Amino acid sequence: MKRMRVAAVTLACALVLISVAGSFIPRFNYSRQDREHVNCGPSCRHWLGTDDLGRDRFARLLHGSRISILLAPAAAAVSMLLAFGIGAIPGFAGGFAERAAKTAIDLVLSIPWLFLLLMVRATLPLNTSPAASVTITFLVLGLLGWAAPARILLARARCMRQAEFIILARSTGVAPLWLLCKHVMPNLRPVLLAQFWISVPIFILSEANLSILGLGVAEPLPSLGSLLRELETVLSLRADIWRFAPPVMLVLIVSSLQIAVSEREVPQ
Amino acid sequence: MNRRSFSLLICLVLVVFLNTAVCLDELRFYLRSEPKTFNPLAVADDSSETIRYLTGGVLLRLNRDTQKLEPELATSWTVSKDGKQITFILRPAIYFSDGTPFTAQDVKYTMDQLMNPELHSPTADSFRSGNGKVEGTVLAPGKIAIHFPAPVAGLDRLFDQVAIVSSQSPRKEMAALGPYYVFDYKPGSYVYLRKNPNYWKRDASGRQLPYINAIKLEIQPNRDIELMRFSRGEIHLINAMDADYFDRLSTSSPAMVHDVGASLDSEQMWFNQVSTAPIPAYKLQWFTSRNFRRAISAAINRDDLCKVVYNGHARPAVGPVSPANKFWFNFHLQPVRFDPQAALQLLRQDGFQLTAGKLHDRDGHAVEFSIVTNAGNRARERMATMIQQDLRAIGIAVNVVSLDFPSLIQRITQDFNYEAVLLGLVNVELDPNEQLNVWLSSSETHQWNPRQKTPATPWEAEIDRLMRAQASAMDDNTRKKSFDRVQEIVADQVPFIYLVNKNALTGISPSVENAKPVVLRPQTYWNIENLKLAVERASNGK
Repeated sequence: MKRMRVAAVTLACALVLISVAGSFIPRFNYSRQDREHVNCGPSCRHWLGTDDLGRDRFARLLHGSRISILLAPAAAAVSMLLAFGIGAIPGFAGGFAERAAKTAIDLVLSIPWLFLLLMVRATLPLNTSPAASVTITFLVLGLLGWAAPARILLARARCMRQAEFIILARSTGVAPLWLLCKHVMPNLRPVLLAQFWISVPIFILSEANLSILGLGVAEPLPSLGSLLRELETVLSLRADIWRFAPPVMLVLIVSSLQIAVSEREVPQ
Repeated sequence: MNRRSFSLLICLVLVVFLNTAVCLDELRFYLRSEPKTFNPLAVADDSSETIRYLTGGVLLRLNRDTQKLEPELATSWTVSKDGKQITFILRPAIYFSDGTPFTAQDVKYTMDQLMNPELHSPTADSFRSGNGKVEGTVLAPGKIAIHFPAPVAGLDRLFDQVAIVSSQSPRKEMAALGPYYVFDYKPGSYVYLRKNPNYWKRDASGRQLPYINAIKLEIQPNRDIELMRFSRGEIHLINAMDADYFDRLSTSSPAMVHDVGASLDSEQMWFNQVSTAPIPAYKLQWFTSRNFRRAISAAINRDDLCKVVYNGHARPAVGPVSPANKFWFNFHLQPVRFDPQAALQLLRQDGFQLTAGKLHDRDGHAVEFSIVTNAGNRARERMATMIQQDLRAIGIAVNVVSLDFPSLIQRITQDFNYEAVLLGLVNVELDPNEQLNVWLSSSETHQWNPRQKTPATPWEAEIDRLMRAQASAMDDNTRKKSFDRVQEIVADQVPFIYLVNKNALTGISPSVENAKPVVLRPQTYWNIENLKLAVERASNGK
């Protein structure tokens, strides 16, 4: 199984490297419209053909993957930070803080996130550049995606509060802040990391969902989600298989991350 | 096999055969949403309009092909010189689908019901020309005069939308004078129409019309399913389809699709010119400049929009009227030529400077604005992205923003928190009176600057005057002169940057005979009485 994990990590690293490095090559311009060659098949000039505006599909795939691969972990980091603050700390503190945190988590989990995202997206200033827009989109995903990890962290921290080594430390007069930093955090780190790696593909897919609705990354910037929009109608069932490159890329990224995470030793 | 089993098998075969025989003579197509009403006087949505067209008997019918009025339940009509009265001579010996006779009293009853304010009928709004009551006077059993408190321009054409309802029938509005009547309705599933046994029209050989015995209107909002079932021959008609679908079908089954030419619908963009809008003052100054708007218009490559977004199934738009509107279109106007250099020249006249590939105004502000469109409309999103690239060539940065429709409407009608919008206008009627709500500066839907107490510019005041003049004139040629001038002012001032007129793309199964698709709605079944199904003809031949 370790071999599987190594393969998954290698694949993920390779995809990151290709998409990040490739997107810096000027030849791969993601926004240039070649209006005389719209919806063309693969050629020497356009390796994956062109899209419905005559833009190079390969260049857009590289840039789109780079955006999703880089910004999804950033959003996951924001999410984990919030999850730790709202879930783990009150869970370890107990009492009113724990009850308040549980209520807040339940409340956020019960909100239909898609409508919330639509609402947040609609209130953003219109004149934001595409780069700012994509950053805001992932930031919003990060700010709204903390609830599920927070619940897990809260449960774990609550268990730890009653652990013998914590009771022993308390009885010897260790300060709560010291307890949190020196004893709780190291024990929560594996759970936090696991949640982080689970959140990354979730955010990639969430952005894809938003983009399919036309509310994700602004044109002309590509993302894996916006590239998937080409496949939203029955016309996508045409024989030109190169149109399926974005979902293949998405599956590869998500699967490699999932395998890498699932093969990790997650503490019980 | 014993005798009982054999009898049962024979019965089963007969049932299947009879069922198939009935189905053979059944036209099928989709409604894209649930009909909101079966009352033909209260129609406000597309699906209800379809049912009204198929079941409603009207006094006059606009021939969708020639775009001229033709007598239906009225054999002749006259409009008084002051435009306040219309008199109809009615066709004798006509009966509703339930056998109730049709009389002038029904016309009077229909108008009374239609003009009832409690009904909130959109059809009635067109007749409301002034304060006062609309009154019908029965002059004879077959003759009726309808009086209006003020002149109504294009009065006779409005009767194309008025389906006559019975004053005496116990079935009320469900009794039909049109070619079909509603036989069955299963909410969320289908509306089933049967041939009106009392329909008055006959073909040249004296055979009662319509030829097709039944129509099944299935309710299906998914266009992919519609296309798949159409290509499999399970439904017969598609009134309007996307260019991509059209091209796909035209490759596999060219006989099933028809590009009828430019439709009445247009796609356009406009800038926010509301003086109180929460946008920077310098941007408002750009947007209210005629040269700026003309420059943007000249910098957009409309031919490319038609070619790339609509696969050639569109034509560059000229103005508020499509060339498909044969009478009201101003044929002296030409589409704006794509000319980035001319655009830059116009911008320089307003003090804009192109430096290092970026355009700046006279105060040094970089020219940048956002174009908002509704999320999910792929064609509009693609057009906005193409405009983004076109304007980049003259140093203008454009941010394309897709918003969900309610947020978009909120911004353009309430908050005015937007810079430019790309949307479409669906034109159903030919008459310019239908556009009064867009052109009058006091109107709620005068999109670039609505609800003006007094016209903000001299040219808007001139448009107000001309639109009122054409609305009160009775002679169509006089009206056309006024409306032609409106079109010229719009072309000169460019409050709307008209982009394209989409072509009317229709799908008609080869098994449907006598079909003659047109650009006006309903594009495929406007001559429903004359449509035949090939299988139906074969069975009659037997």
